[in-house]
Amino acid sequence: MNALRLVLMRDLMLAVRRPEHCVHPLAFFLLVTTLFPLAISPQLSQLRLIAPGVLWVAALLSALLALEFLFRDDAADGTLEQYALSGQSLTWLLLAKTAAHWLLTGLPLALVAPLAGAALGVPVSAFPGITATLGLGSLALSLIGSIGAALTLGVRRGGVLLSILVLPLVVPVLIFGSQATTLAIRGEAVAAPMELLGAIVVLAVTLAPLAAAAAVRISLE
Amino acid sequence: MTWTWFHRLGSPPYVYRLAGRLMPWFAWSAALVILLGLFDGLVIAPADYQQGDGFRIIYVHVPAAWLSLMIYTWMGVAAGVGLIWRIKVAHAVAAACAPVGASFTAVALATGSLFGKPMWGTYWVWDPRLTSELLLLFLYLGYMGLRSSFDDLQRADRASAVLAVVGIVNVPIVKYSVVWWNSLHQGSSLSLAGKDTIATPMLIPLLVSMLGFTLFFAAVVLVRLQGEVLRRERSATWVREALA
Repeated sequence: MNALRLVLMRDLMLAVRRPEHCVHPLAFFLLVTTLFPLAISPQLSQLRLIAPGVLWVAALLSALLALEFLFRDDAADGTLEQYALSGQSLTWLLLAKTAAHWLLTGLPLALVAPLAGAALGVPVSAFPGITATLGLGSLALSLIGSIGAALTLGVRRGGVLLSILVLPLVVPVLIFGSQATTLAIRGEAVAAPMELLGAIVVLAVTLAPLAAAAAVRISLE
Repeated sequence: MTWTWFHRLGSPPYVYRLAGRLMPWFAWSAALVILLGLFDGLVIAPADYQQGDGFRIIYVHVPAAWLSLMIYTWMGVAAGVGLIWRIKVAHAVAAACAPVGASFTAVALATGSLFGKPMWGTYWVWDPRLTSELLLLFLYLGYMGLRSSFDDLQRADRASAVLAVVGIVNVPIVKYSVVWWNSLHQGSSLSLAGKDTIATPMLIPLLVSMLGFTLFFAAVVLVRLQGEVLRRERSATWVREALA
């Protein structure tokens, strides 16, 4: 548990000293959501209909962008290798890293999402719902994405490959997440899709770090 | 019970020769059974009272769709075996399965959309089955993409195996999430439990055709497996002897 906390604190500290890794995906998210009114129509009544989809697709793309940095620097400077040799469980250490990654990218994204939502004509009453659904959903994205990030370690220009690997796997998150956001914007109860999203998160917390650890070990062989 | 027959399956030269011996049996029986199934389905079976002769595409569509999922399962199991027991031949089987499975997925999608145009009036609808089949195609493409992006064969094998196993866990989740997302595809005509919703004269050629396509898959995979084994063992002496 101590090692877990140390890894978590280290990653948070690194992010404070080099904030661009977390700021860029956020800027990207806001930029992508800005493109839709420009491409479709500035009418808020139309934008409100497509807002859940826009928010979720933008969040997905921004999460993919952020995933590239999840293990890359630590693999390059040998930190991951030290983790694997440390005698601590690599699975737990990677879970801590993924948790830090979510705190640095997923959570901020969920917090600024209402801002992008407001620009798309979403009522203020839906703000908590949007933050809650994107917060939970981005946790699933970080966990499932960590498998893809670990598998593409050492692949030259792995960014495109990472998207092809991860996107089909996170389709359920997109489906239940955008459903929940749609319900939240309409002011209806979001419990049913949120529970399904929660179930995916529970499954991902249990299995994804195992698969990611196996993938990291393979990349170190 | 002795396990020698099983352990011998881990040996590339043995598997190479076994695949070579089995392949003609599967290939000829596949040709025979597919011809029988297609003749029965396309000529003898009665036309559907609602869909006319258009329904006959199911004799290609259903076997292709069935194989697309079965091959993915095979691939995942083979990859898992290779990952856990570090058996090289198992990885070769998984590698041989992927392009065949992707092709059957593409055939299922193409025949499905050809069927959709006269029956539903459109080539493509965002129906759960079509969508999950499309996602399956992307899973195959991701698997093949990951495999081809490593120069080191052993790393390619093991990394793509992790992905195949993750995919196996994920396929049912994707399937059901898509079903709950949007439900035009007619319900399944076949079920193991309960009554089939298809008339017997139409059902028999379908089952024959499915068997034929499955035999064809086995023959193709055996040929590809031979190729994979040769590629992996190209510097071994037995290869030179076998090909001499």
